[in-house]
Amino acid sequence: MNRRSVADLRKGERARIVALLDEQLSVKLFELGFLPNTWVELVFVAPLGDPIGVRINESYQLSLRKEEAKTILIAS
Amino acid sequence: MKDAHRMNSELTIGAERRIRKVALLGNPNSGKTTLFNALTGLNQKVGNFPGVTVDKKTGTCRLPGGQSVEIVDLPGIYSLYPKSLDEQVVLDVLLHPGGKDYPDAVVVVADAANLKRHLLLCTQLIDLGIPLLLVLNMVDVAEKEGIVVDVEQLRHLLGVEVITTNARKGTGVAQLKERLPHLQPPQRSFYEVAPLIDSYFEASVKEHLPPGLSAYGQWLCIHLFERLSFLSESQKDAIQRAILHAKKPFKALNLQREEILHRYEQIDAILEKTLHKKESKGSYSRLTALLDRWLLHPVAGYVTFLLVLLLIFQSVFTWASVPMDWIDASFSDFVNWVHEQGGDSLWVSFVADGLLAGLGGILVFVPQIAILFLLLGILEETGYMARVAVLMDKVMRQFGLNGRSVVPLVSGVACAIPAIMAARTIPNAKERLITMMVVPLMSCSARLPVYTVLVALAVPDTLLWGWLSLQGLVMLALYLLGTLMSLVVAWLLNRFLRMEQGRSFFMLEMPLYRLPRWHNLLLTVWEKARTFVVEAGKVILLISILIWALSSFGPGNAMEEAEAQVRAQMQGQFAPAAIENAVASARLEQSYAGHLGRIIEPAIRPLGYDWKIGIALISSFAAREVFVGTISTIYSIGSEDEMTIVERLRSEVNPRTGEPVFNFATSVSLLLFYAFAMQCMSTMAVMYRETNGWKYPLLQLLYMSAIAYISAWAAYQWLS
Repeated sequence: MNRRSVADLRKGERARIVALLDEQLSVKLFELGFLPNTWVELVFVAPLGDPIGVRINESYQLSLRKEEAKTILIAS
Repeated sequence: MKDAHRMNSELTIGAERRIRKVALLGNPNSGKTTLFNALTGLNQKVGNFPGVTVDKKTGTCRLPGGQSVEIVDLPGIYSLYPKSLDEQVVLDVLLHPGGKDYPDAVVVVADAANLKRHLLLCTQLIDLGIPLLLVLNMVDVAEKEGIVVDVEQLRHLLGVEVITTNARKGTGVAQLKERLPHLQPPQRSFYEVAPLIDSYFEASVKEHLPPGLSAYGQWLCIHLFERLSFLSESQKDAIQRAILHAKKPFKALNLQREEILHRYEQIDAILEKTLHKKESKGSYSRLTALLDRWLLHPVAGYVTFLLVLLLIFQSVFTWASVPMDWIDASFSDFVNWVHEQGGDSLWVSFVADGLLAGLGGILVFVPQIAILFLLLGILEETGYMARVAVLMDKVMRQFGLNGRSVVPLVSGVACAIPAIMAARTIPNAKERLITMMVVPLMSCSARLPVYTVLVALAVPDTLLWGWLSLQGLVMLALYLLGTLMSLVVAWLLNRFLRMEQGRSFFMLEMPLYRLPRWHNLLLTVWEKARTFVVEAGKVILLISILIWALSSFGPGNAMEEAEAQVRAQMQGQFAPAAIENAVASARLEQSYAGHLGRIIEPAIRPLGYDWKIGIALISSFAAREVFVGTISTIYSIGSEDEMTIVERLRSEVNPRTGEPVFNFATSVSLLLFYAFAMQCMSTMAVMYRETNGWKYPLLQLLYMSAIAYISAWAAYQWLS
């Protein structure tokens, strides 16, 4: 049950996305490139701990809230 | 079906269709705006889409053949499933073939370095069946990142025209212009929805959809019908019914997910054959990572942000003051010259004290507005603004706002009108409303001239440690005060405003840092300055003339009687200049403006204002920047010396007490009043349009007036 999500990544850690949990958010997340089997890397955490910044497929960066990152499951 | 086929072959085989209107589309940060500027130059205008206030930028592009096409710059979007109001507009245009803005062709701009994500939108647009050209922008950046695109192969696999550009350097633009008139509808579609539609709906559903759409266009209409403004209520009802009675449950979100994943699979297959990776140093992204470590640092990040704000205010206050003083002095010379040449007639007075004084009052702000928009533009263009949103999101959330509220709030420092419109990128309705409600508390550029005059009166012109202007520091404090108040009000609104909570999300792209594109910036600055001079200028000029008339005429011949009385009393005992001053003052007192000022004087005396300031308050109800113009019109009547506004005000003495009118307490009280009061008709008009009613603009007017009055009263009582 303890599946890891993008919100659990450590800085500099890279992982593969396996699934998106939230139906409503997923269309938007897909558009931005959070697709199953793509790599995400945690690049920065905002000074107050939230939001976080991730790099997708080693190409571009996005920032999202931890709450949103929790809906993106990664392979452990 | 047969008809459609014939029509299609006519399009492709028959004589070239005239392409008159081209829509420019692309993801945010694809370089779309730069390309738009490269295509249209100064031939652009900003309008509105019907019914909404989303900016519609159109421009004319001259083609090598001599003909010209109209280019419409649509808001940046990630896909044709819109999430915010801004994105919604794109669908209103593209799904309405009978509409005024429906394009004959679309140009899709994609960032070559992030092709996969950018092609998603492109494949959706291809399925709309409109003639299309794909522009791969920033190919040079991609190559530095080690990505090489096989353009010929991409053209072949997508079935559409593809060209490469570097919009910043202007390469490829000539080729684009050459190709524009010859664009053809795409050769094939990507995602077949016709069978899907048939599997869900009876054929009759199509009767309720706009004619002329491709199958995919119809599919989108069914998904998005609720928010499409051009559909009639009966059309919407019919689609709603069709969905309710669908052959199997129509799960829109699931279908959208499936579609997007399917498109990405196809894009992956195409990119497999067209993208080649090379070894690279990745210099751009490494520089960005390095800068981010600094700019998003827990301490250094916020310190830098504060320094950036300080730099903005210092430069707006000090750099702008040179051209401003020059404009102010030139106009005051000019007004005197007109007086000397024209003598003492009503017409001369109208031209000099009404028209020219008002005109000077408009032009004097131009340097400040230009510098402010230039600096804000640099922050936006370099990619720093997105980092500010990240820095501030958690803080802003405490106040019921969103990290995205920072851009509207910071833009509010320039002008509340574009700032309120910028709030449209906030997807959550409540956060958006709160942002719009508090934006006018940010000190906009129209307050700047008021502050400039009042700060100069209240604060000595000294330098701290030899370089930091004390007046600049007080200005910064005023801006911080506005920001603080906007946060307090946001917090209160968040607690007490009852409305549907909806979902709040942030998700923001972090563009690579890059140098600003000066051409873009200068165009923006030019556009804003021009809009200010024309739009705000109309109001200011009108009110200036009105004020002149109100202060030059009075009921009956009360003014003449007052003049005669003063002359009789003072004759021979005082210097002629003193007599003229007293005469002017007595005349003003008996004018219409004087009467109006006196009527409200009891209400404003507790704030430390006399009836002359009352006149200025009344006149700046519609536009606060009128204050300076009015004050200078009112007091110029009393003096003929060559003095600038500040000198003139400083020398103004209250005849009752013998004290300067603009003493410290009154100046501070006025500063606070102008910091918080609404005083902008245009802002109210925009609020009305954005919220579809008078409820919120009136609430805004009410709460802002209350804060203004109470704080000005408290300050005056405490200081005097």
